[in-house]
Amino acid sequence: MQFTRTEMLPPQPPPVSQSGAVKWVRENLFSGPLNTILTLLSILVVYYLLNLSLPWLLHGVWNASSLTECRTIIAANFGPDAGGGCWAMIHARWYQWIFGFYPPEVYWRPILNFGLLFVAMAPILFSDNLRGSVKLVGTVAVLTIIALTLAQGPWWVFALCSALMLASVAVALLAPRYLLVATVLYPFATVWLLWGGSIWGPVTAMLGFVVLVLVYRPLSPRLGVVMATSLAVVAAAIWWGVLDSYVAAALEQVVSLSIQPVESDKFGGFLLAFLIGVSSISISLPIGILLALGRQSDMFLIKTLSVAFIEFVRGVPLITMLFTASLLLQYFLPPQVQFDLILRVIILVTLFSAAYNAEVIRGGLAALPKGQYEAADALGMDYWQAQRLIIMPQALKVSIPGIVSTFIGLFKDTTLVSFVGLQDPLRGITTIVRADINWKGIYWEPYIFVGVIFFAACYGMSRYSLYLERKLHTDHR
Amino acid sequence: MKNTVFFGTLATGALLAGIAAAGTLDDVKARGVLNCGVHTGLTGFGAPDANGDYQGFDVDICKAVAAAIFGDQSKVKYVPTTGETRFTALASGEVDLLVRTSTWTYSRDTDLKFDWAGVNYYDGQGFMVRKDLGVSSAKELDGATICIQTGTTTELNLADYFKSNNIKYTPVTVADDADAQRQFLAGACDAYTTDASGLAASRATLPKPDDYVILPEIISKEPLGPLVRHGDNNWGDIVRWTFYALLAAEEKGITKANIEEVASSTTDPEVRRILGIEGDEGKMMGLDNNWAKNAIAANGNYGEIFEANIGSATPIKLARGLNALWTQGGLQYSPPFR
Repeated sequence: MQFTRTEMLPPQPPPVSQSGAVKWVRENLFSGPLNTILTLLSILVVYYLLNLSLPWLLHGVWNASSLTECRTIIAANFGPDAGGGCWAMIHARWYQWIFGFYPPEVYWRPILNFGLLFVAMAPILFSDNLRGSVKLVGTVAVLTIIALTLAQGPWWVFALCSALMLASVAVALLAPRYLLVATVLYPFATVWLLWGGSIWGPVTAMLGFVVLVLVYRPLSPRLGVVMATSLAVVAAAIWWGVLDSYVAAALEQVVSLSIQPVESDKFGGFLLAFLIGVSSISISLPIGILLALGRQSDMFLIKTLSVAFIEFVRGVPLITMLFTASLLLQYFLPPQVQFDLILRVIILVTLFSAAYNAEVIRGGLAALPKGQYEAADALGMDYWQAQRLIIMPQALKVSIPGIVSTFIGLFKDTTLVSFVGLQDPLRGITTIVRADINWKGIYWEPYIFVGVIFFAACYGMSRYSLYLERKLHTDHR
Repeated sequence: MKNTVFFGTLATGALLAGIAAAGTLDDVKARGVLNCGVHTGLTGFGAPDANGDYQGFDVDICKAVAAAIFGDQSKVKYVPTTGETRFTALASGEVDLLVRTSTWTYSRDTDLKFDWAGVNYYDGQGFMVRKDLGVSSAKELDGATICIQTGTTTELNLADYFKSNNIKYTPVTVADDADAQRQFLAGACDAYTTDASGLAASRATLPKPDDYVILPEIISKEPLGPLVRHGDNNWGDIVRWTFYALLAAEEKGITKANIEEVASSTTDPEVRRILGIEGDEGKMMGLDNNWAKNAIAANGNYGEIFEANIGSATPIKLARGLNALWTQGGLQYSPPFR
C-alpha cells in the first residue's frame, strides 16, 4: 500500500505566538525577566507622564484676554481643581513672538525676506536635485503668499511680492542655475528689506565685492595668489571705508529708492533668532574653512594667527563674547558712535561658531589620506584648485554631522542674546509678556511654544544633514 | 613699545569719552533723542505693551525727562537692560539715564560712581504666605521654607533678618519671579520673599489672591530711583529737578488736566516759577523755561503717574504708603523751587 500525495498542502499560517504583533512584543518587550521588568517600569513611567501632562494639554484655552479669564474658563469646563494650558497668551502676543516690535505696517518685509531665504538656499541645498529644489521653492512661495495676505500693506506690495515668489518658482523650474543669482543677492536684499532705508547702501556695499574681484583677477597671474588677494582686500576696504558712503549718497540724490527705515531695537522674537542664526551660520562656514586651512598651512604667521584665534575663541564662553559685544566694545568706542548691537552680536556669534567649525573641518581634513594631496600636486593643480576640487569636497563630506551639530548648537544659542537686552523669543519676549499684568504668572506655555518652534527648525536641519550624507555616500558602493 | 601705543590709545579713548560725557545735555540735544535704560519687563514699572510701546512707572520718568528737554515725551529711545548689563550700560554711555528699579546703595553710589537723582519708589523686602499657614508675622516663620531669587540683595537681607531674630529657615532658590510664583503656588515653599511691590503684583495674579497674605514686616530699605553717571552734575540736576517738579506738582495740585488752567490763573509765586511764567529757572539748567510744565503735562504729576501704573485703580493695587507726599505722612518731599 503506497500513498503519494499528488498536490501540495496549502501553507499553514505560523502559530500565533510566532507571528505579527505578538511575536514582536515577545521578542522585543518580554524576552526575559530583566526585559520584562524594564518594560513594565517604562509603561508605568509613560503612564505617569501622560497622566500628568495630557489633561493639562487637553484643557488648553486658546481664546481669552488674560490668565484669570483662562483659569475661569478651565474651572467652568473641567471643574475647579483642573489645570490647563493658557495658550491664549500666544494668540494675544503672536506678532510680538514672531516680529518683536517691528512696525506692523511693514510686516510684509520680514515675511518676504524669510520666503526669499529658502529661494536663496534652494540651489545650495539641492545643487543637483531639481525636484527637491522645485518642491522647496514652490512650497515656500505658496506659504509666503498666504502669510502676505494675512499681513497689512498696500495691494501693489502684495502683488509685487507674490510676483517675485512666483518668478522664483518659474526660475527654479526652467533655469535652476540662475537661482544662484538670488543666492548672491540675498544678503544685500536682507539688509535692505529688514533695516530699510536707501537701496543704494546695500548696492554700493555689493560693489565692494565687485571691486575685490576686479582687482584680484588681473593681478593674480602676475603677483601670485597671496599678494593679489591682499591688494584686492585693501582696494575693497578703501571702497567700503571711504568711497562707499559718498557714492551711495550721490546715487540717492539721483534716483531716490528708499523704504521706511526700521531701527535695530525694533527687532525681536523669532525674527531676531533667525536673523542671528542664519547670518552666523552662513558666514561662519566659509570663515571656518579658511581657519581650518590656515591651521594646516605651512606659513608661520597664518598658522600662528589661526591657532591663536581658534584656541582663544573656543576657550571663552559664548556669554562672555556677548557681554563683550554689548558692553566692552562700547567702552572703546566714543559715545557718539552707536555701533548697532545686533550687528555686534552677529559678528561675535559668527566668530565663535567659526572657531568650532574650523576644528570640525580640520577633523575632516585629517581624515584624508596623504595620497589625495599628492595626487592633486601630481596633477599640477595649484593650492586653491586642489582644495576646491579634491580636498574640500571630501573633507566637508566627512565633517557634515559635526558641522550641522555646530549649526544646531549655534541656532539654539541665539536665545542667549537676551542676556544683553535683546528681545529673543525664549527669555526676552517671555519676560515682556509676563510683565503684562494680564499674563503675569504664566509659566510653561511660552517655553513649550518656543521649544516646539526651535525643535522644528533644528529637526529640519538634522534631517537635511542625513539626506546630504546619503546623497554624498558614494565611495563604498 | 607696542604696549605703550596700546595704552596710549586706551587713555586717549577714555579721555575722549570723558570730554564727550561732560556735556550729556548737549549730546542728548544733538542726538535729538534721550537714551533711557529701562527694565526688560517688570509689571507696572516698565515693559512694552502689546503694541510695543513702553509703559510703566519708571518709564514715565524717562518720558518726563524727555518732555523737559525736548517738549516731546516721545523722544526717548528705550534701551532694555538686564540686571547684569544695567550699570555697565550707564557707565559706558550707552544710556544717558537709568530708570530700572535700581536700589540706591552706598557702594553703587561711590564705588560704581553713579548719582541717584531721587527716589521715585520707596520699596522694601516683604513676605507673602498662604493664609491657611496661620502666620501673622515674619517672626513666626521659624523653620519655614522660603522661595528666594539667588544672587540678589534680597538673599542677603533674608539671611540677616533671620539671623538677627535667631530663627531658622530653608531657602528654595528660584530663577526669576515667574519661577518663584510657580513654586510658591505648587507649595514648594511656605513663603515667598521679594520687594513688596513685586509681591503685590504677584499676589494680584495668583488664582485665588484672597488665600494669600503679605506679612506686615518690611525687612529692608530699597529706595529705587533714576540714576546718572558721575561727572556731569548739570545733567544730574536736570533729572533730579524734573522728578521734583512732578512731586511739587502733586503738592501744588497741578495735574495733567488742569495744568493750562493753573498756568493762566495761578497767583502762587512758586507755581509760577515751576510753570515758567516767572523767573528763569529753566535757563539755569540749559533748558527752556517751560521745561517743568512740559514734564508735568506729559503724564501728569507724581501721584497721577503712580495711580495710572501701580496705584489702587490698577490690578497691582499698591497703596501709596511711604510714597505718599510728606504732607500726607509719606516720604516724598520736594525741595523748594526758588
